[in-house]
Amino acid sequence: MPYDQTLVEKRDYSLTGPSSRRAIELGLASAEWYHSEIPRKVMRELMARSDQPALRDTVIWLGLLVLTGWGGVHFWGSWACVPFFFVYGVLYGSCCDSRWHEASHGTAFRTGWMNDVVYHIASFMVMRNPVNWRWSHARHHTDTIIVGRDAEIAFMHPTNIWMKLQAFISPIDAWQSLKVLARNALGNMSADERTYIPASELPKAVFWARVHMAIYLATLLAAPWMRSILPFMLIGLPRLYGCWHMYMTGLIQHGGLAEDVVDHRLNSRTCYMNPISRWIYWNMNYHVEHHMFPMVPYHALPRLHALIKDDLPPPCRSIWAAYAEMVPAVLRQRHEKGYFLRKDLPPTARPYREDLHQDVPDRSGMRA
Amino acid sequence: MTWITACSVDDIDPEDVLRFDHGGRTYAIYRDLKGEFFATDGLCSHEQVHLCDGLVMGDQIECPKHNGRFNYKTGAAMRAPVCINLKTWPTRVSDDVVEIEVI
Repeated sequence: MPYDQTLVEKRDYSLTGPSSRRAIELGLASAEWYHSEIPRKVMRELMARSDQPALRDTVIWLGLLVLTGWGGVHFWGSWACVPFFFVYGVLYGSCCDSRWHEASHGTAFRTGWMNDVVYHIASFMVMRNPVNWRWSHARHHTDTIIVGRDAEIAFMHPTNIWMKLQAFISPIDAWQSLKVLARNALGNMSADERTYIPASELPKAVFWARVHMAIYLATLLAAPWMRSILPFMLIGLPRLYGCWHMYMTGLIQHGGLAEDVVDHRLNSRTCYMNPISRWIYWNMNYHVEHHMFPMVPYHALPRLHALIKDDLPPPCRSIWAAYAEMVPAVLRQRHEKGYFLRKDLPPTARPYREDLHQDVPDRSGMRA
Repeated sequence: MTWITACSVDDIDPEDVLRFDHGGRTYAIYRDLKGEFFATDGLCSHEQVHLCDGLVMGDQIECPKHNGRFNYKTGAAMRAPVCINLKTWPTRVSDDVVEIEVI
């Protein structure tokens, strides 16, 4: 079908504007969401917490960081440092996101302080204020891809393709993250941030922003003192040169799928991946499952997937397959208001709960 | 205040939770590992999610939506994103029936 090449009207994605009011009026805020059926006893087993898997993974993660960091420093000045920094970068700039995410849910470890330690280390690596993002992510789970409510929507229509491409080395994203940390460190919280962070938590947000900025300042002072950018190769820059895996996997979570629906099968994507990517990503490739049941730890998601897959759209068979379906859909969404990739459900699945969000006006006129 | 029947003691496994609705309110009834029963409001004070779908660990209930935690014996909010304590309700067991005292 030939498309009208005119870009769709820019939507309001702020959390304080007309989209937010509209979402609340339509009952899309804090709504009841569809869940696949799982017996309570089975769900209790899936939700059970354990320190062991995350302890093992964290020892490997931090051990490899030290090893590859040492290799990068040792061979600095020769080409031999490149493979070390390549691995160090992914461990720092991509693993940080999945560790931040799982620890923010409190599901990585059974022991609370272990979650907190990993959460703060990973928050620093990923350049996120640990307080702001804990609350924004809670909102992301309450109102997943509800425009005007969700602070973590990656694809804002019409999608800026250039911005999505640069994300793989992330200079703009990292710069903006640093600006937020600097602003927060000065005690300035935005209107959007105040919509999802309770007033009692704001001083903590300022404190942690100051901690992060102090470490960056120390790195900034160390570089000229050492007459080398090596300090930045270890702290800060890996967020750029090693973030490609984080974005490669992160963009397919919701890209090309629906906005303003209350059935995660319509707005989230599950995708099979190779074991290395799954380790880096801590199994967040089972993304529909994670959103339906966020209290299930990462190490139990494959079991959860096996239990409910007959009630979900067929998963993408690879990262490549996910991009093959997502990219054309995202490009079409730039020109066709309300379009989204609506995957067919298997005959064993219960139908999409479109009745729960059928009154959303922006979907009228949608072409399937 | 009135004592009302909520469930049988066998309806809840040790270290688990059950939903109970009465008089337009929803409650969560808990059984700890010692076999004692407790009751709180049934909805999380953060985003009004039913706690009966959550995970009981020791003295705490974890909200199924955002993983906030409460001590279900005291109602105290223990882990963000929950900040507001839960209301607790008295319970008693009589002839293998769990009762809660409600308004």
